[in-house]
Amino acid sequence: MAISKKDVEHVARLARLALSDEEKERYTTQMGSILEYIEKLKAINTDGVEPTAHPWPVTNVWREDKAELLQGVTRDELLQNAPEKEGPFFKVRKVME
Amino acid sequence: MELTALTAAEIAEKVQNREVRALEVAEAFLARTHKLDPQVQAYNEVFDRLARLQAGSVDAKIEKGEKVGPLAGVPIAIKDNLMIRGEKCTCSSKILENYVATYDATVIQKLRDAGAVFIGHTNLDEFAMGSSTENSAFRTTKNPWALDRIPGGSSGGSAAAVAARMAPISLGSDTGGSIRQPAALCGILGLKPTYGRVSRFGLVAFASSLDQIGPFATNAKDTALVMDAIAGHDGYDSTSVDRPVPSTLAGLEKSMQGLRIGLPKEYFISGIDPEVDAAVRNAVKSLEAMGAIVKEISLPHTEACLAVYYVLAPSEASSNLSRFDGVRYGHRAKDATNLLALYEKSRGEGFGPEVKRRIMIGTYALSSGYYDAYYSKAQKVRTLIKRDFEKAFEQVDVIATPTTPAPAFKSGEKSADPLQMYLSDIFTISCNLAGIPGISIPCGFTNQKLPIGLQLLGKPFDEETLLSVAHHYEKAHDWNRQLPAL
Repeated sequence: MAISKKDVEHVARLARLALSDEEKERYTTQMGSILEYIEKLKAINTDGVEPTAHPWPVTNVWREDKAELLQGVTRDELLQNAPEKEGPFFKVRKVME
Repeated sequence: MELTALTAAEIAEKVQNREVRALEVAEAFLARTHKLDPQVQAYNEVFDRLARLQAGSVDAKIEKGEKVGPLAGVPIAIKDNLMIRGEKCTCSSKILENYVATYDATVIQKLRDAGAVFIGHTNLDEFAMGSSTENSAFRTTKNPWALDRIPGGSSGGSAAAVAARMAPISLGSDTGGSIRQPAALCGILGLKPTYGRVSRFGLVAFASSLDQIGPFATNAKDTALVMDAIAGHDGYDSTSVDRPVPSTLAGLEKSMQGLRIGLPKEYFISGIDPEVDAAVRNAVKSLEAMGAIVKEISLPHTEACLAVYYVLAPSEASSNLSRFDGVRYGHRAKDATNLLALYEKSRGEGFGPEVKRRIMIGTYALSSGYYDAYYSKAQKVRTLIKRDFEKAFEQVDVIATPTTPAPAFKSGEKSADPLQMYLSDIFTISCNLAGIPGISIPCGFTNQKLPIGLQLLGKPFDEETLLSVAHHYEKAHDWNRQLPAL
């Protein structure tokens, strides 16, 4: 299935991915041939077949709604990995203009 | 005594009998690693300090007469997408280059309890997406049997480390063949357990309905030792299955008399390398001579597996990888002026080409207007694939196939064409889609001395039979005991 550079730009926006022009060109061709390969699924009759999301039936597992300390991990430790922080907070760009 | 030539079971026994100290074992493997890894490039990081510390504490316990676990003093290499508290966990991605794990994966806690010694984090295709370990942002791991060839992937570092005896055992993860395919290409054993048998907590998620953690080793007994150590239900992974875990170690000697082995005709097709085809057929004959009954079976939807996988795995990946936003951890773009640009640039700079490609395919397949045609359709065909196996396992106990259609290819040979690269997983993907266990065991070499793997697929939760077949096969052949010349 042929896809256009415009499709690639739309999908990249949905995926929150900044792509260079060169990447857009390359993915337009490559995604086209991968999607063409995937098209073969259309030939398989799946009328009345239930979809499989997981190998075994999974059910929700409930526990008490109570904060639980995992392996004693502290807030400070978690914040060590933050690219930018201020006090006990993650720092982000302004959300509202 | 050459300590690095010992199996994990031998090491554990000698350490517990005080024939050798855990620290000596750790030093021997660290020394071999520092000598060989500059060529092989299996490791992202070698844990010299941690390994010595853990080995020392095993020795101290033994000194005091305290009880130690079944892997006491055994070094193990860990794929760099499994979290070890206090160590970096990079997934071989620039986006996590400086990320330090804040907790242990459940398998890591279980291995600590068993007394294992973590020797290093091994290289992988970025976020486990690939079949050659060439998609790593940091290094290209080489196949110890031929340094100009790929070790397979995505757990190529874990496979190469064990093949080169830089560790006696290792852990990998398998989403579409990422344990079995590199095991085959590196001439060792690799087991993908049944989905839900091993907790995925602390494994950086790629495709949550397909991912499983499993062991690499040089023999069935060591594989069983690791499997028994990591298996079991976990309250932190709601998809881990709560059912009894029999000891696969205890089941190794189970008789092969009357074991029914199925050969799916769809896996013995033209296009397979003739040397691979011959080695696999010989292995099956050998199992027949040991008492197994071999019959041809059919898995009619085999040809659809790859297409189903390349809809479902990228779809799940695009969702799982949305957590990398440049806010809480990972790479953050320097020059973004607003929040949207921060997301887009951080991800655009942090992810490599294959990861971006799969996020794009997955996002496309899940997007409005295409969901039914791609994602939903693929899930329905997955049901048909699963039913094929259910029917087959009414007639046979084990299914035997080649692990890969060809031996290890040369580095760079398939990098330009993603679809060609995807085809190298053609025999391993069905196992993940069906959720069943699968193992690759060494079954020969090509004329060029490249390893060949036999894949055995089992009934759900029947790792025991797979390992017992591997164990019996090893007694009659020495493929798994041959060493690459490094």
